[in-house]
Amino acid sequence: MSTTDTRGAVPGDAVLSARNIAKAYGNIHALKGVNFDVHRGKVTTLFGENGAGKSTLMKILSGVVQPTSGVIELDGDPVTFSSASDARDCGISIIHQELSLAPNLSVRDNIFMGRELRTASGIDFAEEASQARALMTELEEDIDPMTLVEDLRLGQQQIVEIARALSVDARILIMDEPTSALSATEVEVLFKVIRDLTGRGVSIVYISHHLEEALQITDYAVVLRDGAMTAKADRKDIDLEWIVRNMVGENYNLGTPPTGHEFGEVALSIEDVSVADVSGSGASVVDHLSLDVREGEIVCIYGLMGAGRTELLECIAGRVPKTGGRVFLKGEEISRLSIADRIKRGLALVPEDRQRDGLVQTMSVGENLSLASIGSFARRMFLSRGRERLMIDRSIRSVHIKTAGGGAAIGSLSGGNQQKVVIGKMLTTEPTVILLDEPSRGIDIGAKAEVFRLLAERAAKGLAVVFSTSEVAECLSIAHRIVVMHRGRISAQFGSGVTKEQIMAASGEAVIA
Amino acid sequence: MTDAAPSVKSSRAGLFANGFDVGRLLLEGRAYFALIAIIVVFSALSPYYFTVNNFLTMASHVALFGILAVGMLLVILNGGIDLSVGSTLGLSGVIAGFLMQGVKLSLFGVVLYPAVWVVALLSCALGALIGLINGVLIARFKVPAFVATLGVMYMVRGVALLITNGLTYNNLGGRPELGNTGFDWLGFNRLFGVPIGVLVMIVIAIIGSLVLSRTPFGRWLYASGGNERAAELSGVPVKTVQLSVYMLSGICAAIAGLILSSQLTSAGPTAGTSYELTAIAAVVIGGAALTGGRGNIRGTMLGAFVIGFLSDGLVIIGISSYWQTVFTGAVIVLAVLLNAIQYRRQPKAPASSGGSATSPQKAG
Repeated sequence: MSTTDTRGAVPGDAVLSARNIAKAYGNIHALKGVNFDVHRGKVTTLFGENGAGKSTLMKILSGVVQPTSGVIELDGDPVTFSSASDARDCGISIIHQELSLAPNLSVRDNIFMGRELRTASGIDFAEEASQARALMTELEEDIDPMTLVEDLRLGQQQIVEIARALSVDARILIMDEPTSALSATEVEVLFKVIRDLTGRGVSIVYISHHLEEALQITDYAVVLRDGAMTAKADRKDIDLEWIVRNMVGENYNLGTPPTGHEFGEVALSIEDVSVADVSGSGASVVDHLSLDVREGEIVCIYGLMGAGRTELLECIAGRVPKTGGRVFLKGEEISRLSIADRIKRGLALVPEDRQRDGLVQTMSVGENLSLASIGSFARRMFLSRGRERLMIDRSIRSVHIKTAGGGAAIGSLSGGNQQKVVIGKMLTTEPTVILLDEPSRGIDIGAKAEVFRLLAERAAKGLAVVFSTSEVAECLSIAHRIVVMHRGRISAQFGSGVTKEQIMAASGEAVIA
Repeated sequence: MTDAAPSVKSSRAGLFANGFDVGRLLLEGRAYFALIAIIVVFSALSPYYFTVNNFLTMASHVALFGILAVGMLLVILNGGIDLSVGSTLGLSGVIAGFLMQGVKLSLFGVVLYPAVWVVALLSCALGALIGLINGVLIARFKVPAFVATLGVMYMVRGVALLITNGLTYNNLGGRPELGNTGFDWLGFNRLFGVPIGVLVMIVIAIIGSLVLSRTPFGRWLYASGGNERAAELSGVPVKTVQLSVYMLSGICAAIAGLILSSQLTSAGPTAGTSYELTAIAAVVIGGAALTGGRGNIRGTMLGAFVIGFLSDGLVIIGISSYWQTVFTGAVIVLAVLLNAIQYRRQPKAPASSGGSATSPQKAG
């Protein structure tokens, strides 16, 4: 590995700058005129909640995505990247949050994917293998370059991803959540490598949800919120509290827990439930977890990525098999029932990824809305179209979907309205318990507040609501009870009077002394 | 608010689509226009083409592919494929022929001659059974549909060859004294001047159309083909739906097999070879997406007629069968090309906000 010549440049000045960068996806503004400097030979960390625009900004800097407006300057000269390889040619390399490895290929092939070392007679496998081995040694990871990526642990795959980024002679290296799958020792090694790289003049952009961890390594901090930069400072001038304050901002009003109704019977009861890791490593992503939710109660499950929230909710809904424990709905055990039977008995799940799990893109808004309850519109064999239309219209009104009508294409709706379609679909099954996995993901604040208001209304009528989130501010909205998950277990439970810092501490995100 | 914008935009786009965009009209009605063009061109080239009799003859050729294509459409809507229908068609005819020859029950020392309706029923049951095997392999054991039905295609063809020892059953007429006459009714008789085969196709198409548009099963089929994960989480019995479509496809193939062997009054073990591809072509020309979730009976029927009328027309004007193959292939390629254009245009235009709304949610 070598680095591009940086002689004559002062460490710490801006090597790569984003000037007034804006990016809109349709009518969703992911970035609103952001200025961002990457400091030469230093680590610049970007802080922000989910949806703040961090990844979008990094994708623009690395050429993966083109900005709607604004300029990127490299060493003071404006540049335009029309693709990721353009940026790579300028020495900018990125490690994506989602792994982008080919699992069926070996570590060596992955590291050199797309830029294989050639000789006259083909690919120089020997040279590739020895370089790959050298990278692994540097990263202190004992992985044979010929191992298939699919045989590696997630953390090791992350290391391969990092090795691939390092194998390019990068002078600017962007790391988007590189540690989310790493163990503590692996993180230590990564930090050593980062220090080593900055020592050689490589500039690092670092993104992490683990605030404390990021504070250990960073030289500069920049905070994004809702697509705009809210603060930037030198490491020496800031502390954790400063970051949290700037990340979360003023409390936009997401509602308060609905009052004035008594909680009813226990609607959902989970006893000692475990779910195994899909990779088959034998580890549990949900680890002997128990939880009771009463009718009319709103419970928020907070946790970091990988805390096991999604697995827990999907296990309750019947999507993911559990390895132990029991699930009761209104006192009746439902562990053996199919998803369809659980829905019939009053348990509905609004999945996390609405494009993949929530909506049928080939069907209209109305057909999506009626999908879960379609059986009840059948008169003898045939659907009653009139009743279906009535139900769709009522649903559109009651969850406030802004659409041209039930016949509109589902793709014509904004993210927030699409989410309301998924919620509306499950509410028409008249559930006793509704589980929502990150219901606020990818929707704007107005829609977020509306979704929460809707849930609060239903809870007041006796619906038991369980929603998960990775944003602290959302815990402090309508939830009567906040359950914090960490590594598959409940690490703390709070009432609605809790502070953000307490929640974050329990999640393993930040420990404020 | 910002949310109001897309609905206004999409309704405006909808207005445009309803009258002004000629290109889009041509694109969406392409199967109609293709059929009209075929009829016009061949009528001009041959005086025999545009006659009632010729249309009825062509329609009874279309009937076979039409019936297969309805079953195939169900499977393709589910996101699958059924390569075994040609073989099932062949085996269904062979079984019918076998039963018509009489079944020797050596234990009782008698020969049973089942009535024609029993024969027809047993053939259909066999079709359903083959479909069930496909369905179990695909839904239960997660074998990719292409491979599962390919294997079943070979096995079923092999069974047909084994039963007949490679020969053909010729005397399917039955004998009055045995009470098993009437097998030729399906292939030769006409009702109101229309061949029975064509009527059967029409009935199957109407039933299929009602099932798809008016029953929960139809909606479940579209949903599980469009997004299986979302359908499952909405309580759709995706496995049952998957199993059912392969069984229905098998039954359709068996019915087509009965009609073919009745038309020929003979049942050969190699009947229906490569018919599955023609059926797939009809479905594709009819605008269905091979990825599932899009398509309808009307389009599929049009597709079957386009293929049938084209190849019969080429025969009538005396073009060599080698050229027929080339033409048919070209039509299929063109149809798929237009499908790709339509489905690329359709979701993108209104989805500029919604479709990409996934991107920012990954942000940060």
